[in-house]
Amino acid sequence: MSELLVKLWETGTIQKGIWETVYMTFISAFFSYLIGLPLGILLSVTAKDGIRPIPWLYRIISIAVNIFRSIPFVILMVAMLPVAKLITGTSLGNKAMIVTLVIAAAPYVARMAESSFKEVGGGVIEAAKSMGASDLRIICRVLVPEAKPSLIVGSVISLVTILGYSAMAGTIGGGGLGMIAVSYGYQRFNDDIIWVCVLLTIVIVQIIQETGMLIARKTDKRVR
Amino acid sequence: MIKIENLSKTFRTASGDFTALSDVNLTINDGEIFGIIGLSGAGKSTLVRCINYLEIPTSGSVTIDGDELGKLSKKALLKKRQNIGMIFQSFNLLEQRNVLKNVCFPLEIARVPKSTAIKRARELLELVGLSDKEKSYPSQLSGGQKQRVAIARALAAETKYLLCDEATSALDPDTTGSILELMKKINRELGVTIIVITHEMRVIESICDRAAVLDGGTVAEVRTVKELFASPKSDIARKLILPSVNTADEVKDGKRIRIVFDGESSFKPVIANLILTCRTPLNILKAETEDIGGTAHGQIIIQLPDDPEAAERVINYLDENKIQYSETST
Repeated sequence: MSELLVKLWETGTIQKGIWETVYMTFISAFFSYLIGLPLGILLSVTAKDGIRPIPWLYRIISIAVNIFRSIPFVILMVAMLPVAKLITGTSLGNKAMIVTLVIAAAPYVARMAESSFKEVGGGVIEAAKSMGASDLRIICRVLVPEAKPSLIVGSVISLVTILGYSAMAGTIGGGGLGMIAVSYGYQRFNDDIIWVCVLLTIVIVQIIQETGMLIARKTDKRVR
Repeated sequence: MIKIENLSKTFRTASGDFTALSDVNLTINDGEIFGIIGLSGAGKSTLVRCINYLEIPTSGSVTIDGDELGKLSKKALLKKRQNIGMIFQSFNLLEQRNVLKNVCFPLEIARVPKSTAIKRARELLELVGLSDKEKSYPSQLSGGQKQRVAIARALAAETKYLLCDEATSALDPDTTGSILELMKKINRELGVTIIVITHEMRVIESICDRAAVLDGGTVAEVRTVKELFASPKSDIARKLILPSVNTADEVKDGKRIRIVFDGESSFKPVIANLILTCRTPLNILKAETEDIGGTAHGQIIIQLPDDPEAAERVINYLDENKIQYSETST
């Protein structure tokens, strides 16, 4: 084990890296859902077979989402730094990184949510319509609650993806395990530091995955 | 009263226009159980969806209790729908809500206070015989129980009309029978007007007062079920009602009689009495009868004895006892 690794542990750098990774991931996920979830609802509602089809609106959102989804994150991340600076006043540090992460993840979340809403059968929506429910009520009382377990599964997948993005953000000024692996491990030729970061990331992903699936199972009333 | 006038519905599809309904005229009276029967693709489902405007007709009008649906504002239409319950072949319950909350759902839409809603939902669950299941989730119920919940839900708001879209088609014969009895009870006890869409003649004969036979998007005939059964006029009705008998050539000779049971007592042994009184053996070629709440429904096809005297005795017996029959060749 290299002296540097021991030193990083003793000074609390690794612990801080773990915290920063978790914090960046969850904060970014939160804002990604704040933007992505309504977009996902809009996509499913305005689609051709949606509750209220609005083809032109669907196309606009769909194309915008596709554009952001087709840019590789490393490029999008660098390209969005000016936007991050506009919002947070800096293009460095975790705050700036959260902005770029949200811009990259929100369209992803929108598509995940859209597919969850698609799983809600047309039958229950028709039943709600037959009872005289307005479109807004169908969204709030039928679409979202019925899609909940699937949305939770989707959020687990999104969280893991965002965690992966956050590691990349470490290379251009973000913190977290990605930054530690690159600047202390890769650039100073300490393979063990890289591997420790890899291992820690695996553990975090496992915890997110298992907890998320447990919650999804507990909330889903379909299977017993 | 529901009045459907000159109703047509055309769907625009990639492969051209498709006319699902053309010039349908029907009047459904309050308090009756009205059947709409037809083969798949006859336009039944489209027609029932036009009644609550889930499907907007291309032309013509639907008038419910004096309100022409096409002329109502969006808000007024939603309000109107609250009094028109609907049940489906696939039940369409909210999977993430328990039974009680499913039944409360239409009351939430009608903005009924929660405590009133729960009280009302419990009453309805009692009516459909599922009081002990209020905490269960739909995935824990059988098909018949799901449909009972769906019925309770459809009746929860002040429902005056109940639309049933192939409501028993996914159920086994026993369960179908019990759901039909429940529908009859609802009609009788709550005075709810029921519109039944089905491709099963059995459903029509067991619960409906009147029925419309739909064929290729048009109404072939509308009559009381009694008349319809005794003497179906249109080709499609004959096809749906008259059973086909496939027998060996030896029994193909001789006259056949179709006896129709449309609600006399199930306790009366009609055929046995016939044989005993006429002192002649009878060959039963086909029998489709069913006991719905103590009354017999269906039909039996018998072959008349070769001895003309015996055959006459049988005919006389049928006439004297006012048993509906007709000669048949099929």
